[in-house]
Amino acid sequence: MKAGVLALQGAVGPHVAALERVGALAIPVRDTDSLAAVDALVLPGGESTTIAMLLERAGLADPLAERLAGGLPVLGTCAGMILLAAEVLDGRPDQRAFGVIDISVRRNAFGRQVDSFETDLEIAELGAPFRAVFIRAPVVERTGAGVEVLATVDNYPVLCRQGKVLVSAFHPELSGDDRLHAAFLRLASSG
Amino acid sequence: MPVQPTDASLPRDTGTTLVKRGLAEMLKGGVIMDVVDPQQAKIAEDAGAVAVMALERVPADIRRNGGVARMSDPEMIEGIKEAVTIPVMAKARIGHFAEAQILQALGVDYIDESEVLTPADEAHHIDKWAFTVPFVCGATNLGEALRRISEGAAMIRSKGEAGTGNIVEAVRHLRSILGDIRKLTTADSAELFDWAKRLQAPLPLVQEVAQTGRLPVPLFCAGGIATPADASLVMQLGAEAVFVGSGIFKSADPAARAKAIVEATAHYDDPELLAKVSRGLGDAMPGLEIGSLDAKLADRGW
Repeated sequence: MKAGVLALQGAVGPHVAALERVGALAIPVRDTDSLAAVDALVLPGGESTTIAMLLERAGLADPLAERLAGGLPVLGTCAGMILLAAEVLDGRPDQRAFGVIDISVRRNAFGRQVDSFETDLEIAELGAPFRAVFIRAPVVERTGAGVEVLATVDNYPVLCRQGKVLVSAFHPELSGDDRLHAAFLRLASSG
Repeated sequence: MPVQPTDASLPRDTGTTLVKRGLAEMLKGGVIMDVVDPQQAKIAEDAGAVAVMALERVPADIRRNGGVARMSDPEMIEGIKEAVTIPVMAKARIGHFAEAQILQALGVDYIDESEVLTPADEAHHIDKWAFTVPFVCGATNLGEALRRISEGAAMIRSKGEAGTGNIVEAVRHLRSILGDIRKLTTADSAELFDWAKRLQAPLPLVQEVAQTGRLPVPLFCAGGIATPADASLVMQLGAEAVFVGSGIFKSADPAARAKAIVEATAHYDDPELLAKVSRGLGDAMPGLEIGSLDAKLADRGW
């Protein structure tokens, strides 16, 4: 499977490494040609305002929206989750939300960097707890009817799925545990 | 449906190495801009900066005006924090752990223990392991970078020569750090003991770099970046993100230049795009010859 990682800004390298460890051909996506070539896509963590702006300026925002509308399997982590959400509660007014998962998110909702944390997260589908790293992380404040909540922190959803869209408020690419990337590839290749 | 938070709180580990280095991962491929007030901070955020560095005077002015340069007024840092949603960094003097404690209490997202300010201690840097907030430190060579990492720095930036608009020192420092990393990867196990001695760096860190071929923390570039081409140059040399100080707000059209440097950093290996974004930016900041400087800021730190 050709799994792209949007490579405009942010933690691209750790996602590429994780995808390769679980058997995908990982491709950094920075233009329309590479976007057209992938079977699945990861939107990494970074600054969502910066990534959104670079998507527009690179002429990638519309082609990405088209591919997402066409059912491209996608994993969004942290900033990536914000970009994929239906609603961003305190984003910039000009910030594009691709709206492929019916959730409302609030940016930096766990606080500033001194409040960033690691914790052992219970994810029923993965079995043993997952070491999850939250960095200036967003929270989900509303979920729509078609959204499955796969993990929570203090009752806030931090891992959600709708169809072939998987989003996490934390950073599965940083803790060296590849189970979530493997689960994403299974989701992407399922019928 | 709306989410109802519970009172039960999951145990959270804050200030871990992974959490500190993780924020630096999130800033990769981005531009961190020096700003002196909330208006500049908004311009930086609007241009696509991944973070801002709040300080009272940009390095070019510190260099010109002289005097002792200290941590910024907390009120000014608060004003900038309120103006933007992106991370806010601030500078503490080398060795001035009390300034760092104040910055942590203010809730800044990263502390730069910076040679741009006047050093407070001529022998010791801050023990950065003692803090929850992550630190970035400057380095001119690999030994200096590894000493800062051993003290707890979660990000290294090559120092360059701040406030000059002259990229030559940043290039020297990046080439020195990355060149020595490349040499380490081909050294045998016995040679690594000698490397550790020559670099004046802890042996386990030297062995780790020799094995992985990279620093254990992200390596960014600072000091002298004034144009989109400068950003592209240092990214091609191996920097993972850039700090721009005086280069933006000392130029003729800060908003346009800031945007252009953001795009140049993201697409650093695309000369056609670089040609496009480099057009019509007005005058860059006036630069300084390194030979004409009274004092090199990069010499501060030990």
